[in-house]
Amino acid sequence: MIPAVIVFCYLGVVLYIGIFAFRHQGSGGRAEDYFLAGRALGPAVFLLSLFGTNMTAFTILGSAGHAFANGIVTFGLMASSSAFVIPLTLFFVGTRMWALGKRHGFMTPVQMFRDRWECGHIGTMIFALQAALLVPYIIIGVMGGGTALRAITGGVIPYWLGGAVVALVVMSYVFFGGMRGTAWVNTFQTVLFLSFGAIALVVIARGVGGFPAAIESLMASPATAPLLTRERISPLFFFSYTFIPLSTIAFPHITIFCLTARRMGQFKRTIIFYPLCILAIWLPCVFLGVAANAMRDVPRIEQKLEARQALASAPASMPAEERASLRRQAAGDDVVPIMLQQFAPLWLAGILGAGIMAAVMASDSQILALSTMFTEDVFAYYGGKARFGENVQVQTGRIFVVLLTVVAYMIALRAPQSIFDLAVQYAFSGYSALSPLLIAALFWKRSTKWGALAVTLWVAFAVIYTARVPGALAWFGLMPVVPMTLISCALMIVVSLMTRPPSHETVQRYSL
Amino acid sequence: MRPVHLLLAAAIAALYVLHQDIWFWRSATPLVFGFLPIGLAYHGAYCIAASALMWALTRLAWPAHLESAQSSFSSARAARSGSTSRARQE
Repeated sequence: MIPAVIVFCYLGVVLYIGIFAFRHQGSGGRAEDYFLAGRALGPAVFLLSLFGTNMTAFTILGSAGHAFANGIVTFGLMASSSAFVIPLTLFFVGTRMWALGKRHGFMTPVQMFRDRWECGHIGTMIFALQAALLVPYIIIGVMGGGTALRAITGGVIPYWLGGAVVALVVMSYVFFGGMRGTAWVNTFQTVLFLSFGAIALVVIARGVGGFPAAIESLMASPATAPLLTRERISPLFFFSYTFIPLSTIAFPHITIFCLTARRMGQFKRTIIFYPLCILAIWLPCVFLGVAANAMRDVPRIEQKLEARQALASAPASMPAEERASLRRQAAGDDVVPIMLQQFAPLWLAGILGAGIMAAVMASDSQILALSTMFTEDVFAYYGGKARFGENVQVQTGRIFVVLLTVVAYMIALRAPQSIFDLAVQYAFSGYSALSPLLIAALFWKRSTKWGALAVTLWVAFAVIYTARVPGALAWFGLMPVVPMTLISCALMIVVSLMTRPPSHETVQRYSL
Repeated sequence: MRPVHLLLAAAIAALYVLHQDIWFWRSATPLVFGFLPIGLAYHGAYCIAASALMWALTRLAWPAHLESAQSSFSSARAARSGSTSRARQE
């Protein structure tokens, strides 16, 4: 009961921060203030919020679960590659986006594409693809909220109620606080879950009597020793993963967030500290996930290990349902909460549970970004703003936030999570393959709207194709994201060179 | 391109290559601090190296000229609304 009380106190604080931020509106235009916090976020909020925006339920729960099954490779695949690629894209792309946003006043990437390439409906197509790839992310956020709240409260709060509570809290502060509320909440959440890793590591280390013995026991067993190396995966597959972080800068919620900094200098600390933040949260979670394999005296972990063993020795004739059931039992997404329940005092487990909730409630930025995109790229572009005014535009954005949250919640109640887990994986590949759009718009004067159209159509086709045909585009042992991104680059170059570039005046306006 | 920029470009390429640490692929030892497998410790150190490189980039190659865009903000917004109208004629 104590963890549940602490988590609900945390949700109350989150709501308060969102509403408190709502009361402190800046002096910019109403739409710019609501959707971009008046382009006036300070350095600390910008760093912590940008990092928090990019961390999801996967950061704490999924990373430990992946490491529980696959070992230390999880860190190299997902964390250290991001620690290098993401700040680099912020340095080269984020700063340029910020400068052009200030210069031309756009609020979404599609606004920039339309202006830069002198196009209209091609921009609408890019909007549709970006939105389609973002929606599964929002649904998975609502699902993560329901699952985490149920796990932290030991089942006292059922999944449907947990999902509803989390969706309602997120919707409320996005509705009232807009970008400013969301950024402040993200800042608070990031501080909480950055502290989580170190505290959880210390508490669990004390509980098991130190980690050296646990790691030695893993090394001694032929079944678990490979978890401490990367011998089970190929170097080419490992290399492929360095393409995935390219998706970050192409995600609309990150691109839009780059426009919120008051000064460009605020990118500096974000770029420098981003790799260290990744280290602080991912290293403990990955290590704990691996170390959980040695904790056979924890009954729920022992059950998982037995299920994994049964799965490994299962005959080919085993029915698919039985195999799926064993896979579910062996899944390790909840190993960190299980270890905390075993080794941490109740009050601390509650605080650390709030840390998990902080990482799980990551759908806020995506909801706000989709609302910004809808109101700017569709409502305003097709005449709504000119006809009804800016106040109506902001209210439309708020109504969109409510509708989107309700629809995401309804889908989360009915559809199995595995579908959306997969969809999010495809979304990452899709956004990585869309990154050449942003890079061409910002750096290549000769790029054209037809090149952009070719990339958009290719990415839409490739995402559907790889989702429907298992193993599609996995050439030479590489992940599909590699050919998807390289073909996007090639299409942008070839089609642009074959077609007429934008007017000299437009190209000059984008010269920096 | 200035020599320092060339050096930074080389450092970026080198760090990208260093991510592919095939030399620790099949080995868990030595255990750093007695419990961290070497492959995990290496990638932890890699994050610190990435942070150091980012510090060097922001110190030595900061695109300060982009900041001047702020001053032309107000006048350019008018240009944007004009260009948006043009784009709609597509």
